[in-house]
Amino acid sequence: MCGIVSLFPKQPELEPRVGALLADMLCQMTERGPDSAGFALYRDAVPDGQVKLTLQSESARADWGDLHGRLRKLDGHATLADHGNHAVVLTAITPAEALAWLEANASDYRVTSWGRSIEIYKEKGSPEHVIEQLHLRELGATHALGHTRMATESAVTTEHSHPFSTGLDLCLVHNGSLSNHNRLRDRLTEAGIHFQTDNDSEVAAGYLTHRLAEGDSLEQALDHAIRDLDGFYTFAIGTRDGFAVLRDPIACKPAVLAETDEWVAMASEFRAIATLPGAETAHTWEPEPARVYSWER
Amino acid sequence: MRQLNQALHDSTDGSFEVLRPDGRHAIAVGLDSAATVTIRGHVGYYCGGMNQQATVVVEGNAGPGCAENMMSGSVRVAGNASQYCGATAHGGLLVVEGDAAARCGISMKGADIVVGGSIGHMSAFMAQSGRLVVLGDVGDAFGDSIYEARLYVRGKVTGLGADCVEKEMRQEHATELAELLAAAGFDQADVGEFRRYGSARKLYHFDIDHAAEY
Repeated sequence: MCGIVSLFPKQPELEPRVGALLADMLCQMTERGPDSAGFALYRDAVPDGQVKLTLQSESARADWGDLHGRLRKLDGHATLADHGNHAVVLTAITPAEALAWLEANASDYRVTSWGRSIEIYKEKGSPEHVIEQLHLRELGATHALGHTRMATESAVTTEHSHPFSTGLDLCLVHNGSLSNHNRLRDRLTEAGIHFQTDNDSEVAAGYLTHRLAEGDSLEQALDHAIRDLDGFYTFAIGTRDGFAVLRDPIACKPAVLAETDEWVAMASEFRAIATLPGAETAHTWEPEPARVYSWER
Repeated sequence: MRQLNQALHDSTDGSFEVLRPDGRHAIAVGLDSAATVTIRGHVGYYCGGMNQQATVVVEGNAGPGCAENMMSGSVRVAGNASQYCGATAHGGLLVVEGDAAARCGISMKGADIVVGGSIGHMSAFMAQSGRLVVLGDVGDAFGDSIYEARLYVRGKVTGLGADCVEKEMRQEHATELAELLAAAGFDQADVGEFRRYGSARKLYHFDIDHAAEY
């Protein structure tokens, strides 16, 4: 069991409150996922020619100053904003160069996301604890996704937590379990997709990365996912401009969508949506199985 | 939630209003009295589950498992109901004014279920007895491995499950359908527009020719 939430404001006035609103939604999903929590925020897009990376340190006392100094030898204008055991790096080198450099020179740091506006934060512990530690309530965003995890198929660690990055400005959160993830991981690894864990949801993320690299649109990639992924899933997928929701054809895993003039929201259960302003009069419905729902600006 | 349900359990009749349910689970579960409970908003899992005698009204949507294993009384959902509403219900009346999702009435054992809108796939799977009425459309694998429940549908059926077939609508069926529609408050619906489905009774005993369908 896990909990998923997403929030997509339609009006810019709501954007500074997205972190606080998402935090309330996540706390309602604590019973569905008390092990770990994570969230992806789309915020402060960098200009053309720059890339934003979110890094996470394996140690609670990361020496971000040291890493920043080493980074500046590579790119004199690189900035690093410290966020507890996470940090956001802005640099002018390409994402591929940045990822390769980090792997070679700073392997004790994990890259949780890369793109123009995405930032992914995740951690072991109860949702309330993770929210406090990472100061989610203070963060604004154009839109956001979150996940609370109750591990059923792999270990409870920070790197097994969701969201999983699926490439530039893309991420995925998953409620369910995939049964063909080992074979699919082998196939995707042969195709050049890199995996950090043995987690099944990361395979779904990698699958989307692969399909998008093959030229699929997000909608096409999700249509292919219905064919190639075997198992139970409700996915929420974040993109630079919006988000998408997909349930497997059996649709055992719950999902609720709600929409007002101010926002679109998705959650595993209505009680997460009930925390949002105007929820009681929102248009609320259950997404149909095997149908892709998406919103973008 | 325990306090609310305890107060409902302690009453022998009377009328209750539940305000701001905000999607909470297990509201008005296990009642066994002639109480009337009106819930003003959306509810989470298992609302009205195991109900006996009581009248439960949800003025909103219901999460998964609404009226699961109801024994008697009634549960009415003014909005939509999520998956497996009325599952294994032995008696009573469940009315969903909007749509019900997948697995509506799965393994129902004697309850009556009336849905004003459409229902999802695998509904009435292994339904043993009782009646299911759908004014809208029905998803795939309807009535798969059904026993003796009677199914009435006004809209289109995406697909019938194993051993579920369309059956003749005789006078006694039209009469019981009209009674069910009236009981659910849908008496303006035209009985003549419905089709009846039920068991072909070919899976009751093992038959090597049907081995693939078991």
